[in-house]
Amino acid sequence: MENIDLQLIDWSRAQFALTAIYHWLFVPLTLGITFLIAIMETIYVKTGNPEWKKITKFWMTVFGINFAIGVATGLILEFEFGTNWSNYSWFVGDIFGAPLAVEGIMAFFMESTFIAVMFFGWNKVSKKFHLISTWLVAIGSNLSALWILVANGWMQNPVGMRFNPDTARNEMINFWDVLFSPTAINKFLHTIYSSYILAAAFVIGISAYYLIKKRESVFARKSILVASIFGLVFSIMTVATGDESAREIAKTQPMKFAAMEGLYFGTANAPLVAAGMLKDCNDPEKPHIKDFAWNIEIPGVLSYMAFLDRNAFVPGIYDLVHGNEQQGIVSYFDKIERGKIARQTLEDYKLAKENGNVELAASLRAKFEDQDFIDNYFNYFGFSYFDDPHDIIPNVPLSFYTFHIMVAVGFFLIALFVVALFFAIKNTLHRYKWFLIIALISMPLAYIGSQSGWMIAEFGRQPWVIQNLMPTHTAVSNIQSGMVITTFWIFALVFTVLLIAEIKIMVNQVKKGPKIEEE
Amino acid sequence: MNIFVKVFNFYLEGFKNMKIGKTLWLIIIVKLFIMFVILKMFFFPNFLKTNFSTDEERSDYVIEQLINK
Repeated sequence: MENIDLQLIDWSRAQFALTAIYHWLFVPLTLGITFLIAIMETIYVKTGNPEWKKITKFWMTVFGINFAIGVATGLILEFEFGTNWSNYSWFVGDIFGAPLAVEGIMAFFMESTFIAVMFFGWNKVSKKFHLISTWLVAIGSNLSALWILVANGWMQNPVGMRFNPDTARNEMINFWDVLFSPTAINKFLHTIYSSYILAAAFVIGISAYYLIKKRESVFARKSILVASIFGLVFSIMTVATGDESAREIAKTQPMKFAAMEGLYFGTANAPLVAAGMLKDCNDPEKPHIKDFAWNIEIPGVLSYMAFLDRNAFVPGIYDLVHGNEQQGIVSYFDKIERGKIARQTLEDYKLAKENGNVELAASLRAKFEDQDFIDNYFNYFGFSYFDDPHDIIPNVPLSFYTFHIMVAVGFFLIALFVVALFFAIKNTLHRYKWFLIIALISMPLAYIGSQSGWMIAEFGRQPWVIQNLMPTHTAVSNIQSGMVITTFWIFALVFTVLLIAEIKIMVNQVKKGPKIEEE
Repeated sequence: MNIFVKVFNFYLEGFKNMKIGKTLWLIIIVKLFIMFVILKMFFFPNFLKTNFSTDEERSDYVIEQLINK
């Protein structure tokens, strides 16, 4: 790693993280609120009650503001792929091409067409057609999220492809393996369900504001009723898919799993750390290890979460680095050696081709088609870029805290939905100002939880940009770090202006209230 | 009336009657201008497309990077 421009890597990562974080401020609300709007409009069409039309139109305007400000912010990520991450883009090109092309077509045609009907179509198309359009906007926006999440799932667990040593690209050999990879499916479901929770918390928060201000009480109560049921249902689904994701991570990304829990030494009947604080280990012989200053453990739950067996062995960071023969865990030292053999084979193949040694080239080329070579050597290709296995450990405190913040926010929101639903059914929401204030404060909390989820997903898998195959530092382009720093600050400025614009327009709209009819 | 004219009028009327939508469209247009005209053209050239003219050259470069990085 001695020839690496660390400044370039750090700024490229920071820029990508900044763009992704800002982009993700807009996306989850769009994913969730469109379904809430569709449900509200369905009630309007079924009951004919104009109050529901007013409710639907107000939340539609809120959605419109969020959509308009957020639209195309994700495109910048694609610019960054081509400029800052060209090695990565080339390496994965064929895998990403299909899902992203489908996403583009779906997002553009489905969403754009039906959004127009949704906003312009009131009293111009039939109620049923309008309702169908609203549902299609919700389904379309969620389906377009599917494709980008499938691509991300592939980066976390690359399947359904084969590396072509002539082109340096991974070529898709089975589209369905990529699409239906358990990692991709869990990621998609967990992400959209948690976005529904965020949208429900958002609707409850704004509605709580009206009740605090003693206005729009019917509107607010009905909105809270729908949002709390919606939020509660999808909280349960989020827990279920999170549980499934944990098992998948334990299997395909055991280092991330260990880092999430701050587990250094593997054990059977492993406890789940419900809460805790990490500190540096005092032992000078163990500089890579963090210890708990304090923690609350639930015995056996981590083993159960990972393998559905309370007595199962969960490997810790130490086991993964040094290996554990008894548990059949190959050490990172060994994986580095295997990766180096795979990389050497690529180099030998290139040289054989250049020297016109057809026979040797053919035999080396065949290795990249051989399943035994792929399983035992090529699948560790990325390890070849490291000499010290400790460089392959993610930031443990960051992984631990972001994971626990995500979970804590998730459970807090479940409690919020239960209480909101109870008060809404009893029609006593207006009596509990303390609860309304908590509901209002919960809006930013939902965003913190959602962002934390992405942080554990992305920081937890470091140093990989593609799990086990390509480390982040190999993925960057050879460009000037000064250029990346400049664009980082341009983005920071542009996105901050956009965010302020969104908040300002949104606040104005909320202050005007649902009585204002919008297009 | 021709279906295309109907669709055109539907959009035209929709855009004409917009209130907050006009502000939002202005933001979208300014944003797209900044992204595609300023950022994409001046700050985000595609590294491999700019520096190499054929896919073969790009492949050779990335293989070189994979081997020597």
